[in-house]
Amino acid sequence: MALTKTQFGYRRHPDQDRVGANTAEHAVVVVGAGPVGLSLAIDLAQRGQAVVLLDDADRIGEGSRAICFSKRSLEFWDRLGIGQRMVDKGVVWSVGKIFHGDSQLYQFNLLPEEGHKRPAFINLQQFYAEAYLVDRVEELPEIDLRWRNKVTGLEPHNDHVVLTIQTPDGPYRLAAQYVIACDGARSSLRQMVGADFAGQVFEDQFLIADVKMTAAFPTERWFWFDPPFHAGRSALLHKQPDDIWRIDLQLNRFADPAVEKLPENVRPRIARMLGHDKFDFEWISLYKFQCRRMNKFIHGRVIFAGDAAHQVSPFGARGANSGLEDAENLAWKLDRVLRGISPEALLESYHIERSAAADENIRESTRSTDFMAPNSRQEARLRKAVLSLARETEFGKRMVNAGRLSTPSIYETPLSTADSDCWRGGPRPGASMPDAPVAGRSGEPMYLTDAFIGAGTGFTLLEFSNGAAPELPEEIATIRIGGKDGLADSAGLAATRYDAEPGTAYLLRPDGYVAARFRHPTRAALDAALARAAGHN
Amino acid sequence: MALSTSSNFAKPDDAFRAIVEAHRGLNDEQSADLDAALVLILANHIGDLDVLKEAIALAARRMLDASQQQEQQQQ
Repeated sequence: MALTKTQFGYRRHPDQDRVGANTAEHAVVVVGAGPVGLSLAIDLAQRGQAVVLLDDADRIGEGSRAICFSKRSLEFWDRLGIGQRMVDKGVVWSVGKIFHGDSQLYQFNLLPEEGHKRPAFINLQQFYAEAYLVDRVEELPEIDLRWRNKVTGLEPHNDHVVLTIQTPDGPYRLAAQYVIACDGARSSLRQMVGADFAGQVFEDQFLIADVKMTAAFPTERWFWFDPPFHAGRSALLHKQPDDIWRIDLQLNRFADPAVEKLPENVRPRIARMLGHDKFDFEWISLYKFQCRRMNKFIHGRVIFAGDAAHQVSPFGARGANSGLEDAENLAWKLDRVLRGISPEALLESYHIERSAAADENIRESTRSTDFMAPNSRQEARLRKAVLSLARETEFGKRMVNAGRLSTPSIYETPLSTADSDCWRGGPRPGASMPDAPVAGRSGEPMYLTDAFIGAGTGFTLLEFSNGAAPELPEEIATIRIGGKDGLADSAGLAATRYDAEPGTAYLLRPDGYVAARFRHPTRAALDAALARAAGHN
Repeated sequence: MALSTSSNFAKPDDAFRAIVEAHRGLNDEQSADLDAALVLILANHIGDLDVLKEAIALAARRMLDASQQQEQQQQ
């Protein structure tokens, strides 16, 4: 049943022939070729960095694992040149429905407005995402991807790390200025640096199955509390490409995983849910969830990202998506530090921003899990009250927690310049840039996120034209809205979403987050904001 | 102090009575269900997390006081 979609070959690398003091030295070694490590390597490579990417396996596979990829992740993947491929294959969705017993409580739409290039979510098996990322990696000569290279030793130094790597040809050593550990929830690098990984283990067990069937259910996220086919517990149904459906069933705390996992025991449950048994299993797994994170994401020259650094329950699609947000956050900072144009202290903002995001994700997913699996009779009673109030009140519906789906965090960060002008809306410093439809010079329709990619990989000033353009620091690119040679905001949505007036300008970081905004920027204010966002204060 | 603890009802006895009567004829389980729904409805009506937290703290403090009194009586 385990799917192996893509098999890769181990190849001996000349680095393996170097012995003793002759160890090869690299700027960046990324450990773990999952979605986070692959995306990080691509982002770094597109910035001109050479990256060695190590993975202990030689294949992609074993079930679909992550399935929901957020708008933010797709916008990141657009910058990596693979967003469209993901969307073309993926199942686009934005509507979720919540059922209690045999009737619908309410439905929500995660992206109720038009004018965004990317949908709220796509569902896509993780192995497809990884395969597309590997294809992109293979187009980039800067990335040296080495399969069946397992890190078995880590020797920290002040300004570099020496790794010992096991291969089918035996061990070799590799030195790196920075090692980025993207080696998953059971990270061996985390153990090697002796870091803690504290948090909460949930006692309830969930059975996750991917089944293949043809069905006419809409492409929506359906969640049941206490459904007739699974009394007293919760269930989730979600569509993936290739007629695969993800099913999550809550089990009781004392269920025996070995027994529950047997297809002959899973089949009747799912047949009751679907009302038929014309389906095949692709993947079955039994989970207990943990919510935990490392105290510090940076240990000297070893930096942790994705599940290696933080783990959440899956209700909310906050695992893979937050790992991808880690990658987009780290790549530009590490690139600047390696180029020597930002101080090493800039990396500390990665820990500040992403550990706060991890706390938020853990808080949200813990609340969802607690709502689905109440810890006491009184918690169960309160939940019952919420579910019954949801039938006739709006506030009850809003309190029902069947997973709060991943949205980008707003960073409280030393890289932001606090507002000094008056704003009634728009993204505040620390927030990610909202998309909007615009038109190019010859009237061609495009999106602000396209224009952001077109502006390059550095800092960008998004300015709403007011006659003469402000004089800019050299390294800032511009996106101009309106004026003679600017993009047309025909629908007015860019101005609305950015609370813009003529002269309004947003300084965007290379990861598309707002660093500062001004009603009428002066050169001095832009210089100061840029210096702060680049880690110079 | 955002939580109002001065007397807000013109006739406090009527308010107390209304709550008591809502529980008449209910067993403990049903009463607890009623209270849970009531707490959520009133909390939403207040709509202010600071006030809610103060109210929770006040209620929790009463419980603490009560258990201390009980301990003293046992001594």
